[in-house]
This record gives sequence, C-alpha cells and structure tokens, in this order.
Amino acid sequence: MNFVNRDIVSIKDFSKQDLETIFSIATQFSKNGYDQALLKGRRVGLLFYEPSTRTRMSFDTAAQALGADTVWFAGTEGTSVMKGETLKDTIETVANYVDLIVLRHPFDGSARWAAEITTMRTRRGMPKVPIISGGDGKNEHPTQTMLDLYSMLMTQGRLESLNVALIGDLKYGRTVHSLSYALSMYGTKLSFVAPDMLQIPPHITSFLDRRGIRHSEYSRIEDAVAEADVVYMTRIQKERFPDENEYNKVKGLYRISKSTLSIAKPTMRLMHPLPRVDEISLDADDDPRAYYFQQAGNGVPIRAALLALVMGVCK
Amino acid sequence: MTGLIDSASKKKLIVSPIENGTVVDHLPPGTAVKIAQMLGIMGDSVVIIGQNLKSTKFGRKDLIKVEGKFLGEPELNKIALLAPNATVNIVRDSVITDKRQVAVPDCVEKVALCANTNCITNKENVPTRFLIASKSPLVMVCSYCGYETKGEELKLKD
Repeated sequence: MNFVNRDIVSIKDFSKQDLETIFSIATQFSKNGYDQALLKGRRVGLLFYEPSTRTRMSFDTAAQALGADTVWFAGTEGTSVMKGETLKDTIETVANYVDLIVLRHPFDGSARWAAEITTMRTRRGMPKVPIISGGDGKNEHPTQTMLDLYSMLMTQGRLESLNVALIGDLKYGRTVHSLSYALSMYGTKLSFVAPDMLQIPPHITSFLDRRGIRHSEYSRIEDAVAEADVVYMTRIQKERFPDENEYNKVKGLYRISKSTLSIAKPTMRLMHPLPRVDEISLDADDDPRAYYFQQAGNGVPIRAALLALVMGVCK
Repeated sequence: MTGLIDSASKKKLIVSPIENGTVVDHLPPGTAVKIAQMLGIMGDSVVIIGQNLKSTKFGRKDLIKVEGKFLGEPELNKIALLAPNATVNIVRDSVITDKRQVAVPDCVEKVALCANTNCITNKENVPTRFLIASKSPLVMVCSYCGYETKGEELKLKD
C-alpha cells in the first residue's frame, strides 16, 4: 500500500505486508545509518498533550536524524489549549506550520479526528498534513506496536505463531490494545494476566474471536510465563483510574523479578513499553532475557522509517 | 395501493388519522418521543404521538403520525436502532400507499452517542459515526475510538 501522506492512527489499518515494509526500512537504517539529506527542509510538529519521554524523544531523534526540523509542545501549559482551544482549532493552526503532525492526546479517537481535520483541509485547496498517533487516551498506540512487533521479530526471528503473555493493566493500557490487534494477524496465542477489574476489554476479545485467535485470561503470572516466547509487562496506570481507591487495590499486585524469570524459557524475552514503576524489579535488568531498554531503542529506526515512508522519501 | 387507512379496523380510533404524511407504528413503549426527536420532526410539523397503545402483536406499543412529511429511507433506518420491529406507512390522500419494515443501516452518523465517556466525540463537538458490527443484537463500533456500543447502552444525541 502507498504510504505517502497516509495517517497512522490505528494498527488495524495496516496489513502484514505494510508492516514488513516498515521493518525492512527500519533494519536498513539500523544497519547503514541515517541519511540527513532525506528529510532536509521538512518540518515535523510534535503535539504532546500528555507526558512522554520515549515516544516524543524518539520521534524527535528520528526526524532530526533524517534532517527534518521539529517544532513541538510537551504538555498544554503555555499553549492556547489552556484557554479552551479545541483539538480541531489547534490542528487547523499547526497544519499551516508543518509537513507532518505527531499527536499524543488524552481522548480516545482523537488521532482519527485529527486525521479527518487535515483531510477536510484539502477540500479548501490546502495540502494534506498526515497525522501519526503517539497514543490517544486508552485507545491505541500504533507506533509503539510497530516497535514492539519489530522487537519480537528481532529477538524471536519470526512473528508467526508466537506465544505472548500480556500482563498488568490490560483495561486501560493502549499499547496492549494495539498489540493484541496486531498479533491477531500472526496466529499468536495470547495470554492475558490481570486482576478482574483490569482485564482485557470485551471489545478486544470479541475482535480476537472474530479472527479466530486463541486467547486465555489468567490472574497469576506463573500461569502464563513458563510457556511464553514474549512476556509483555505493563504498568498499572494511576492516571487513567477514575477512582484512586480502585488504583490502590491493584497497585503493586504484579511484579516480575529475577526469580520469576527462573520458570521462563531461555529464549523468552521480557518486554515493557515503559515507563516502569515497580512491576519489574531492578534485579531482572541484568538477565539476558530482559529486553525492554533495547526495545525502547528500536523506537528510533521504526519511527524514522514511518517518517520517511509517509513523507514519500522511501518506498 | 394497500387499502384505506384504518379501514380494516372498525375499532374506536384513539389516535386521529392523517391525510398526508408518515405513520411509524409498532414502536416499543416509551420510545416515541425519543424517536420523534431523533428524526427532527418536532419543530414545525403536526406530530401525533401515541404512547402505550394496545397492540395485538406486542401487548403495548407507541406510535408516531407526522402530517405533511414523507420520511425517507435514511431516516427510517435510524428508527431501527431503537425500534427494530417498527413498521412505516406512507399515507397520501388518506390512503396507505407504501408499507415498509425498518432495517438497521450499515453506518450510523450523527444521531447516536458513543458509550465510551472518554471518546473524543463526547469531549468535543465531533459528529459521531458508527459501523454496525451486528444488527441483532445491535452492536455499533465507533469510527473514532473503536468502542463497541451495544443496543442496551444506546443513547441518542439531544
């Protein structure tokens, strides 16, 4: 599929072939380095309404590595959002300044809406400014999923028929939602480990059922880790709980330590979208199966590949 | 032509007949006002609403008669979201000229609310859009946030 000016708002919009194209260009960048001439003279807007370290900095790093300039805000303090400006008006405005917008926003579906806004501009004779989602509320985080899949491919040598255990906040965790959608293309066996109140939402499991994907729900980590090729740990996200008492009931409930890893396969890789709080103990960092920091590093080649494809300088 | 309106019924008419317009019948009790609002017919038209009328098929039913308006396919399909068993009669010169069963459309735009309170459509002024994943039971997938709104959660825009 043609990537030029394409919005990246949901992993469900991507085929296996599309993902292979992204992974192939990311691998070229990783092996051969980045060409600063590729995006020289282009400008990328990074609109981050919510906190971020990895997503914002890896997009910024990727854009600059390819020679693009970046303009951004991180948090709405100091912007007209604080005066009540709508997402539509902010996008309409920033689209005049940049060639591509990366958006992280607290409301579910905001990325799709932003993409429609910049498409509607074209009816007024303005150029399309593609939107790349950096996470929308508790909905999706498609570029995180791309780097997660790339990390699985790099460490397991394949994506087909893996056994993946997803642990922690599966209800509010947008990375888990996007990853579940994507893995459903590869015949993955999915194990969801979470307390009842944070289990994977029914709209995701019904999607998996429609695709004929095997999935099981567990409440104990030990039930899923031993068989897993990849353990995907997530943080319990305090900021997404409507009620702090509910958060206090589940915080610290799941923890992976070096001793938990003793039951895992030697080829298993422990991943995490980060940041972590206490769900992976520090003593696990030195285990050769701990992959989360390299996983975060994979964000740069993957996001560089996306920028290059969407801005039409790679095919 | 399918017959004179109410000619089959010698029973006492509780709701007066219309000469030209649309009769939406067999609505679940308590839904007529909501549906009339959704259809946007409450403004300048003559609208007769019957609530909790006797129905041989369903026990009780609601009914809407709107004078001078002939509702089209898209409007009628929206009725199906709240009243999947509704029937619609088009009346011209006091004669039923067309009788239809409503059907749930494949795409629902602007009329329904997403049940996900954190959806952008509930936070800012964004027109809603749903693709229908299942017509019976009703399951609507939000085009923005992907949340599945089920029939029992369905709320319409004011």
